Amino acid sequence: MTAEVIRGNSERSALATIRQGLSLTPEFRKGLVVTLLLAVVATIGKIIVPIAVQQTIDTGLRTGTPDTAYITGAILVCAGAVLLTAAAGYVMNVRLYKATESSLATLRVRGFRHVHDLSVLTQNTERRGALVSRVTNDIDQISTFMQWGGLMIIVAFGQLFVATVLMFVYSWQLTLLVWLCFIPLMIALPRFQKLLSRAYTAVRERTGDMLAAISESVVGATVIRAYASERRTAERVDQAVDANRRAQTRAQTIVGFVFPLTEIVAAVAIAGIVLMGVRLGLSGDISQGELVAFLFLITLFVSPLQTATEVLNEAQNAVAGWRRVLGVIDTPPDVADPGDRGVELPRGPISVAFEDVHFSYPGGVPVLREVTLEIPPRSRVAVVGETGSGKTTFAKLLTRLMDPGAGRVTVDGHDLRRIRFSSLRERIVMVPQDGFLFDGTLEENIRYGKPSATTGEIRLAMTELGLTDWLEGLPGGLDTAVGQRGESLSAGERQLVALARAYLADPDLLLLDEATSAVDPATEVRLARALEGVTRGRTAISIAHRLSTAENADEVLVFDGGRLVQRGHHSELVGRPGVYADLHASWISAAHS
Amino acid sequence: MASKVTSAVMRQGLRVLGVAIRAEKVVFALAVLASAVYGGMTVASAWALGWATQNVVLPAFGEGRAVAGALWTGTFLIFGTALLKALGVAGRRILAGILQYRMQARSRRDVTKQYLRLPLSWHHRHPTGQLLSNAGADAEAAWAPLAPLPMAVGVIVMLVTAAVAMVFTDLVLALVGFLIFPAIAVLNLVYQRKLSPLATRAQQLRAEVSEIAHESFDGALVVKTLGREDLETERFQRRAHELRDANIAVGRVRGLFDPMLEALPTIGVLAVLAVGSARLSGGSIDSGDLVEVAYLFTLLAFPIRALGWVLAELPRSVVGWGRVQAVLDATGSMEYGQAAPASSAPARLEVRDVSYSYGEAEVLHEVTFDVPAGRTVALVGPTGSGKSTLVQLLVRLVDPGRGQVLLDGVDVRELAHGRIAESVALVPQQTFLFDDTVRGNIALGLDAGDEDVRAALRLAQADGFVGRLADGLDTRVGERGTSLSGGQRQRIALARAVVRRPRLLILDDATSSVDPQVEAKILYGLRDAAEASTVVVVAYRMATIALADEVVYLDHGRVVDRGPHDELIRRCAGYRNLVTAYEREEAERAAIDVPAGEEEEVSA
Repeated sequence: MTAEVIRGNSERSALATIRQGLSLTPEFRKGLVVTLLLAVVATIGKIIVPIAVQQTIDTGLRTGTPDTAYITGAILVCAGAVLLTAAAGYVMNVRLYKATESSLATLRVRGFRHVHDLSVLTQNTERRGALVSRVTNDIDQISTFMQWGGLMIIVAFGQLFVATVLMFVYSWQLTLLVWLCFIPLMIALPRFQKLLSRAYTAVRERTGDMLAAISESVVGATVIRAYASERRTAERVDQAVDANRRAQTRAQTIVGFVFPLTEIVAAVAIAGIVLMGVRLGLSGDISQGELVAFLFLITLFVSPLQTATEVLNEAQNAVAGWRRVLGVIDTPPDVADPGDRGVELPRGPISVAFEDVHFSYPGGVPVLREVTLEIPPRSRVAVVGETGSGKTTFAKLLTRLMDPGAGRVTVDGHDLRRIRFSSLRERIVMVPQDGFLFDGTLEENIRYGKPSATTGEIRLAMTELGLTDWLEGLPGGLDTAVGQRGESLSAGERQLVALARAYLADPDLLLLDEATSAVDPATEVRLARALEGVTRGRTAISIAHRLSTAENADEVLVFDGGRLVQRGHHSELVGRPGVYADLHASWISAAHS
Repeated sequence: MASKVTSAVMRQGLRVLGVAIRAEKVVFALAVLASAVYGGMTVASAWALGWATQNVVLPAFGEGRAVAGALWTGTFLIFGTALLKALGVAGRRILAGILQYRMQARSRRDVTKQYLRLPLSWHHRHPTGQLLSNAGADAEAAWAPLAPLPMAVGVIVMLVTAAVAMVFTDLVLALVGFLIFPAIAVLNLVYQRKLSPLATRAQQLRAEVSEIAHESFDGALVVKTLGREDLETERFQRRAHELRDANIAVGRVRGLFDPMLEALPTIGVLAVLAVGSARLSGGSIDSGDLVEVAYLFTLLAFPIRALGWVLAELPRSVVGWGRVQAVLDATGSMEYGQAAPASSAPARLEVRDVSYSYGEAEVLHEVTFDVPAGRTVALVGPTGSGKSTLVQLLVRLVDPGRGQVLLDGVDVRELAHGRIAESVALVPQQTFLFDDTVRGNIALGLDAGDEDVRAALRLAQADGFVGRLADGLDTRVGERGTSLSGGQRQRIALARAVVRRPRLLILDDATSSVDPQVEAKILYGLRDAAEASTVVVVAYRMATIALADEVVYLDHGRVVDRGPHDELIRRCAGYRNLVTAYEREEAERAAIDVPAGEEEEVSA
């Protein structure tokens, strides 16, 4: 089979990305036209000052004595317009924030859910941090762009447009001159942006390296001290910190040079306006107020162009962010929930069958071949084999964490692929080897198996599993905080909690994948006995790493090289030459040597 | 937590800035100089425009003639001031960057040095995530105000110059400026005070959303196997919606203040035009003056906000700096002596009356035992009996509360730094690999030849899979060795220890993720090769224990008994109970299931 790889690097064009992104965010599209109109009104505010200057000089001051009444009137009108545009700006901003934040929150949650819906294999094609980015940083980048960069683009275009229109009204010759000055800069800006984008990418990479290097000094604290490699580690960190600093400085230097270029171009334009304007004035083509207004209008060109590289950069990041977020949402879950169309299994003992099942990891050799077997309800089955024999793959197929490449797995006669997830997960529970716990108390973690469980039920479960002694030995009992990923507990203790959690879920089929491998022998034996009692009447499958599990099973499944090579009761298998007898011999020798 | 711009935060913030200024005097001085040029030239450019209006434009329109000399002077003034201003801007930005990034790098280096210097007991008390953000986000936040700082200083220069220029131009127009600009400054201050708690909260929520996603995706397998996707989504959604609301709250404040900050200078220019026209008619000023002042208002409107930016970053900076400083101020480093263990023979280890506590709880009580040179001793005990703590004491990762650990008769506290590592190699329970090559991880700074490394890999039963790796010894193992399985990582860690030919080898349940068959091979190999080592091994498995000359049985932090395995099995009930748990179980079963079980299992 082939696992879906999470998409989202560059296979989609920017335009298609944005179009699809918008189609997924109805909250953003709603009322967008009104918001844009308000943005236009707010932008018009920018040309009030040049108009006021021109009117004051040309009309108010044309004659020797200023026309105070006219000036006062004009100024009041302008002031009113300023207030109006400011109000439009306020309403536009609030609408924009509401629309973008609502739509992105929806998208964020949707992406999060989808990551969980992807198969284990697909999830593992990407580092955890990268997956997290898709519902955090990537979304944040889009939001920053929509609220600042995207708005800047609209404002910039609006500003340049209204300024140009007004300039044209005053003098087409000078308008042409201004544009001639700025066009080379506009052509050069995307190039600068590319340079800058590369520099920022380098910063991101160096920052990642640096944080990884620093984390070694914390996570590897024990090894570093035991091997006295403090100096070596410090050197590695220093190098990474320095490389990061150099990358940051380089990016800042590029910004530092590009940013003021606009000022210089603007000065050239202003000087040009004065030189040419005076000539035009002499021939009567332009009034003095219009000429002065031009000087003010130039300032409207400066800020859009100054921020253009940053805005373009943000736009690029936002599109990349969109791509990554949409990439997740577009990746079809290759182990899909049939949902309402699926079969609902009634409660009760479970039987399992594998029919000529094959499996290989994407691009890899087959890890499971021609596996055919049936497990009757209420049976206790042990699965044994060396590392890499296919035991864990068997478990993952049985719990439908993966689907077989060929053949089928059935539960109570139903193909696993047709069973509704809610039903499947309720009835079949696997306890993986690595007992992952959530940051919280012991009780919260156990309750995760059955959210409606009362504290009494949880205590009862612990008693049934024979874990009361251990629980009472803990400083806070059920209220003991387990720390991030359960790291305040030992590996063995984490496994105990994970087992209790699964047991509380009360499944009809419990599958243990070396679930007590890190527990001390005395406890493990106690636990095994307790489990035997509590799983009576259910189907129990254990991937075993020790002899007694196999001995106690109704049936042993022996895997070797991806095939089911032997099956039967321990007593039959042990006497026959074969994989099981060899395994058994090595267990015995390991235990008694 | 400080999130508001209060006067206390201001004071603290300025103190933090003072630290940076003192540390990077030259860069800061140059940045301020560049920014002052920028500030001065901004005012000068307005003046140049006013001059050109008065001396070039107006004569041209008024008298219908262009004065060539004045025309070129005007052009030169406009262009010259702009060029200087641009240089000022470039210098200001680049130097501010150098200043900020140098300080960040400095904090990060200092913090990491502390991490490496402080004892392990300090690390035990601080969560990993917190230490990482101290070196990452906190160091960044502490120096964030350095970016806008030179600009803010330049703006002050700009404002003073502008004030002087306006006063000289016309007192009444200057008065308009004195009303408008303080108003902008106050508005900005109010803005930042309102914004900064909201922004801090949004930032906090962003971190929480990310934390939930991290934890939830890390536990994806558990979520899947228990079918808790809905529950997780709900948990994530709650926080995501809080973040949405927090961001909208930020947006409301921004939406309100940004347009006001833009409108206020515009109103100022309009006021200048109104007042200026009146002054013009009175003959107090000329048109050039009016244009100059109006232009000045336009130019000053934006930069004046830089003062607000510095203020906005101060609360975050104060918090970040506080956290960085807490790490730098942490005391309790390990003191080392001068002694060096002279011997090159297998080491002799003595543990005398050692007690150790985590906080209030004493986890080791008067532990005493010794390991003669060249012998192998197994530390056995149930989960939580104090074995791993004891192991940390043996290699002096922590020091005992009472009692002493002697290596070849010398208290380990008297040995010079690095001397223990030369003699003793520990393979801890939790394997840790560096993001380096297989070779780098094994050598770890030791000058080991390829042959030595390969021999060590063979001993650790790791030569097979390492040989199959794409680049062999030069394969990078990825961050924390993620490209390898747990058992493979353990074997690399084991090779790291044996390549040093340690005089004392300590294995803390170091083969738990390795197949029993492979483990057996490793242990036999170690025994055969270990003539040159003394070995202390923490274990549950019989095969491991069987290799030991002597067993020290620990329970609840006390040595319950010690002696050869055979003796302990006979006389120590707790020990017997623990190590024969599997066998007893099998035996009992055999007794019950006689009809089914045909073979008989005899406990050792």
